[in-house]
Amino acid sequence: MTDTTTNQAPRNQWWDVWDQFKTHKGALLGAGFFVFMLLFVYLGPYVWGIDPGHIDPRVRNQGMSFAHPMGTDQLGRDMFARMMAGGQISIAVGLTAMLLSLVLGTFIGVLAGYFKRIDGLLMRFTDLFLALPLLPLLLVIVMLYRDPLRAAFGPETGIFILIVFVIGITSWMQTARIVRGDVLALKEREFVLAARSIGTPPHRMILRHLLPNVMSPIMVSATLGIANAIITESALSFLGLGFPSDFPTWGRLLFDGTDWLQRNPERVIWPGLAISLTVLSVNYIGDGLRDALDPRIRGR
Amino acid sequence: MLTYTIRRLLIAIPTLLFISLIIFLILDLAPSDPTASLPLTIPPEVRAEIRASLGLDEPVHIRFGLWLYQFFVNEPINLIEQWTGASFGEESRPRVVSWQTRSPVVDLIAQRMPQTLWVVGTSYVVGILIAVPIGVISAYRQYSWFDQLGTFISMLGFSVPTFFTGVLFIVIFSVQLGWFPSVYDTTHVVTDFASFWVQIKQIIMPVMVLGLFNASQISRFMRASMLDNLNQDYVRTARAKGLSEQVVVLVHVLRNSMIPVVTVIALGVPQVFGGAIITEQVFKVNGLGHLLIGAIQGGDIPTVQTLTFIFAFLIVLFNLIADVLYGILDPRIRYD
Repeated sequence: MTDTTTNQAPRNQWWDVWDQFKTHKGALLGAGFFVFMLLFVYLGPYVWGIDPGHIDPRVRNQGMSFAHPMGTDQLGRDMFARMMAGGQISIAVGLTAMLLSLVLGTFIGVLAGYFKRIDGLLMRFTDLFLALPLLPLLLVIVMLYRDPLRAAFGPETGIFILIVFVIGITSWMQTARIVRGDVLALKEREFVLAARSIGTPPHRMILRHLLPNVMSPIMVSATLGIANAIITESALSFLGLGFPSDFPTWGRLLFDGTDWLQRNPERVIWPGLAISLTVLSVNYIGDGLRDALDPRIRGR
Repeated sequence: MLTYTIRRLLIAIPTLLFISLIIFLILDLAPSDPTASLPLTIPPEVRAEIRASLGLDEPVHIRFGLWLYQFFVNEPINLIEQWTGASFGEESRPRVVSWQTRSPVVDLIAQRMPQTLWVVGTSYVVGILIAVPIGVISAYRQYSWFDQLGTFISMLGFSVPTFFTGVLFIVIFSVQLGWFPSVYDTTHVVTDFASFWVQIKQIIMPVMVLGLFNASQISRFMRASMLDNLNQDYVRTARAKGLSEQVVVLVHVLRNSMIPVVTVIALGVPQVFGGAIITEQVFKVNGLGHLLIGAIQGGDIPTVQTLTFIFAFLIVLFNLIADVLYGILDPRIRYD
């Protein structure tokens, strides 16, 4: 882009993106909250220091107090520590599943957009995946493959791998479609023609010329992917087909809390709030990113 | 249009076949053995015979073919026989039998279907009725406080999972205030006004939970579609002709903006069934979702396969309906 104001130092385009992002109040708040949640979940345990699995029968089913800010559960385990431990798994599942679905979606989208011969086949494949009933299938897969994976990798890692894998392979379709559309449009541009005319091989064409240009839609679908993965994982745990109670996630804590609704309703409210606010903040980040990465909006 | 519909119907067949293959394979490749729970004292050769009698020693493609035949030929005929009372062929056809209840799966589904349709259907209608006015007003008064509030609430409804809103509603309205029952009683029969009131009270929470979730999605589309149309030339023309604002917005713009929204509504129906799995679990509505969860927890494979396939069928069907509707509603779209 040719700058008319020559006295300005050349700026990285990411600074422009950041400037636009900052004007979106919701996105900024969302980003702040998400960072806060990450700190709470990953650094919190070092500060708080109570073991989430520590059973103390003397303080069962307590309400909020200074010793236990979010109360305790039916075994006297500290809910505050369990919320941190649960959040670690929930957010880790969200991030890894998002990465997996992003890699899959980008790979298939770029292949379909760039190589005309396999475009039809890959897109039909994507449409087929879009027609699958995802939640029932996820439930079935988790039910059937839970025990073998647990036996192979241990109770926590096994279920983590399974859940990340099933969420990843069932949520790549939107990314693939968006990336394919963008690659198709980019292929007609002059710089691609120029690159091709100097003999750039396909792999370098994709890595050097196409992928950097489809980064913005990929980043937006990344935020949606995190939100989707966190909600799906919580839904699975809520239906009793996710993580076991010993390795709680927010969804599992909510599920466990429903049995104690009358006595301590806050056991449901804290995990639910954590899920909802995290997803809300991620969605707002996505909204802000979409605006910030769109050069038509950014100029104004 | 007709050729397009026929072509889409033909494409739907391989799609459904592929989906049924995936459903079949996921369950078939699962590392579980139907004879595993039999006593260990059974000698291996007898065990092999039991497996043969269950048809498990056949190759995969033959089992898949038989499964398809059972699913697409036998069960529909059984269903038609039940409905009409007529009988086709003398010999009794095999039925897909639930491993949990030992009754045909189709009968189980027929028992559970009305509850799901009632709750899900009402909530979808409520969702649309909430979403359309909100979308229209938000777009007409863009950036007003109403728009800001509406967008925020729809973002909230979009982000807050139904299992949390459901439980939150139970905490507030059942536990704290005691207004509504937390469990949906499906045996309740409406006979007079008092029992009708009870029915309203028990259905209101599941319907509101699902309805708010649906409304938040639809109102986003409604608003975007209205905004697209409000800046078009024909709106200026209509105003220039001296039509009242009410006619311009509610007749000219609304009708045109409804085109994409109607297809979104059609596309959303199968997702609503999927979402209802969770809501039914929260409010203990014994509908299809409840049946599915029960079957999954009990390892009841025939029921799970049938239900999953029905959900897949709904998705394919409503995709088709949405595409055809779009062509019918918008004369500018020509598929041929």
